[in-house]
Amino acid sequence: MDAILIQILNGLDKGGAYALIALGLTLTFGTLGVVNFAHGALFMLGAFCAVSMQQLLTISKKVKDESITFFDAYKEQPYLEIWWGDAGTVIIDYAVPISILFAIPVMLLVGVVMERGLIKHFYKRTHAEQILVTFGLAIVIQEIIRTFYGANPIPTPAPDIVSGSAAVGAALGLSDALVYPWWRLIYLAFSAVIIFGVFAFLKYTTFGMVVRAGMSDRETVSLLGINVERRFTIVFGIATIVAGLAGVMYAPILPPDYHMGMDFLVLSFVVVVVGGMGSLEGAVAAGFLLGILQSFASMNEVKTILPGIDQIIIYLVAVVVLLVRPRGLMGREGVMED
Amino acid sequence: MSKKDNSQNNSRRDFLKASAATGAVASSPMFFMKNAYAAENFRNAPKGGSVKLGFNVPQTGAYADEGADELRAYKLAVEHLNGGGDGGMMNTMKPMSLKGNGVLGKKVEYVTGDTQTKSDAARASAKRMIEKDGALMISGGSSSGVAIAVQGLCQEMGVIFMAGLTHSNDTTGKDKRRYGFRHFFNAKMSGSALGPVLKKEMGSDRRAYHLTADYTWGWTQEESIKETTEGLGWKTHKTVKTPVGAGDFSQYITPILNSGADTLILNHYGKDMINSLTQAVQFGLRDKMVNGKQFEIIVPLYSRLMAQGAGENLKGILGTTNWNWALKDAGSQAFVKSFGAKYGFPPSMAAHTCYVQTLLYANACEMAGTFYPPEVIKALEGFNFDGMGNGKTEYRAEDHQCFKNVLVVRGNQNPTSQFDLLEIVQEVPRSQVEYDASIFGGDLGPYKV
Repeated sequence: MDAILIQILNGLDKGGAYALIALGLTLTFGTLGVVNFAHGALFMLGAFCAVSMQQLLTISKKVKDESITFFDAYKEQPYLEIWWGDAGTVIIDYAVPISILFAIPVMLLVGVVMERGLIKHFYKRTHAEQILVTFGLAIVIQEIIRTFYGANPIPTPAPDIVSGSAAVGAALGLSDALVYPWWRLIYLAFSAVIIFGVFAFLKYTTFGMVVRAGMSDRETVSLLGINVERRFTIVFGIATIVAGLAGVMYAPILPPDYHMGMDFLVLSFVVVVVGGMGSLEGAVAAGFLLGILQSFASMNEVKTILPGIDQIIIYLVAVVVLLVRPRGLMGREGVMED
Repeated sequence: MSKKDNSQNNSRRDFLKASAATGAVASSPMFFMKNAYAAENFRNAPKGGSVKLGFNVPQTGAYADEGADELRAYKLAVEHLNGGGDGGMMNTMKPMSLKGNGVLGKKVEYVTGDTQTKSDAARASAKRMIEKDGALMISGGSSSGVAIAVQGLCQEMGVIFMAGLTHSNDTTGKDKRRYGFRHFFNAKMSGSALGPVLKKEMGSDRRAYHLTADYTWGWTQEESIKETTEGLGWKTHKTVKTPVGAGDFSQYITPILNSGADTLILNHYGKDMINSLTQAVQFGLRDKMVNGKQFEIIVPLYSRLMAQGAGENLKGILGTTNWNWALKDAGSQAFVKSFGAKYGFPPSMAAHTCYVQTLLYANACEMAGTFYPPEVIKALEGFNFDGMGNGKTEYRAEDHQCFKNVLVVRGNQNPTSQFDLLEIVQEVPRSQVEYDASIFGGDLGPYKV
């Protein structure tokens, strides 16, 4: 029972990341019709917002390191600690949560610049050309990050108070040995809040209603005198923020490096395809479903029967789903079928 | 008659004398110009006043930071070979044939290549440096897959390969090559060095769970560490292969939680090791008590650059390393001083091995009196030296593996500086890590290709 519960939790938190990235991808595709291969890079940029905030808060005074005698070396003491003592230490400790506030405007700006500067020129082009140009953009963003931050992962820890594990088993009346990292639980809750927020925004606001109407029938909405394009640009910005926030919160789980977006991108595209191109509900459902399946496929009991299944399970499910339901689990007719 | 006979005898004697003299005169240049016979007959034989070396390191990709440190070391080595800087280990290496005027009087130049930590890209860049740039020797690499691939190419092309960071047993085992040389230690030596320390600190009754990077280095490290721990009486609970660059290892860590294993051995390196260790700690493994024992994590291959990435999570964890900047011997101090003065921070073990390899190659050319690869290879084979940071060292002729002291280290609990990330637990003597060259098989191949 413990083993099953822990795999479900693991699948949910992994699925949360997949769902958040896939949600942004679907928003972009459903509104603008753009297949954005740079979306993974936006996730990575979000994680580097956390890294940048951490580095900003730990700007330090250089003090000669007397313990090194062979050459001149310097220790660094953060100014925040020099000025504010323990309060400064606490602020540095909360770098990741603080960086959420920093990431929202930064990612919105990145999204707007990206859409106005490049993506909008490719609305009328083929999907193959969109893929090529956005993939190229992703590589450019990656290399810029590598130039400034290096290739090694940069540790970006969660606040001390949530750096340990939660006694999930004890709380549920199961084994005391069943624990799960606090931050992963927070990430799961955060994913749920963001996903719920995006759906609520689209469903309960006038803006969202117009966007949904535009996703279904752009021409008719335009004929009503509504500037759909402008709203779609804003949706692109929202998708960028969602990807960025997913990255910020993922930084303590996976020390950010310049390539982390690419690792998620391919899986997220599979999630979108399994969920159904253009279907927001499908993207979220497929994200969690594939996360859980991947987690269960990694159990030693499963791998003993089917060696290597953990490596292919997601692609296997994609093949089966596409054979049975060619438009994906919740795909809409006519999307990407021209 | 007798006169005639005498005349005939004299004539024969004169002929023999003349033949001997002619032979002596004809061969004398070869005698005085050692090995010069082949001087013009090998690939990229240096012409003019310079000799070109090719440094093939990861300049992009996951190991780019390590590659950058290797490149710094190569540049420093070239500077020292050409008589610049403070000379670094050229002041401590024994025996030393180099004079600080390049190699065999020729100024050392270099070209660089980017391996991208991919075997095919590494082979392509090495081939380009050999064919287009005229590199006489190739050195570098931060992955065993890359090193083995480039070593094979160098054997085919008759160019010496001085391996950088490669830890797989295969590099000087089943995939060893006559033209390939490794100064770095290997997984077998890590196991031999770690064994007694593990027994002392963790006892002889443990259940080990391995997470292993799924490529040549991971396989051989798992095999060697398993052999060591089972020799101590430990049981191997499970060995699980993980894809290189998996990123999120949580799906491999969660099955460990209730497996009954009390020790996790991470056969991961670089980014994978940073991620898997960070996540293992997040899942509370280090706080667990299993089978009445504190759960322990072991990282058999450490580097300081990795320690920086893993941060706090590495504190207290045991592993091995080829070299550490905190060593107090004269060679290490000379190198750290040179490197630190030039770049402002101490060198990594990858930088150390690359620097040493460059000097060893140059010294072998001086010893051989030629750049002709078969003669340089013979000079390196069985070469005994000291003053390079690991005590008395031998380049074993049978497999081209260097044998020297190995360091068992622990993530430093109380660092005194930002670089003081690894605490040296023990400097394991060379005799403890030596093994029979035949155990891994393989064939060096011919001197002439």
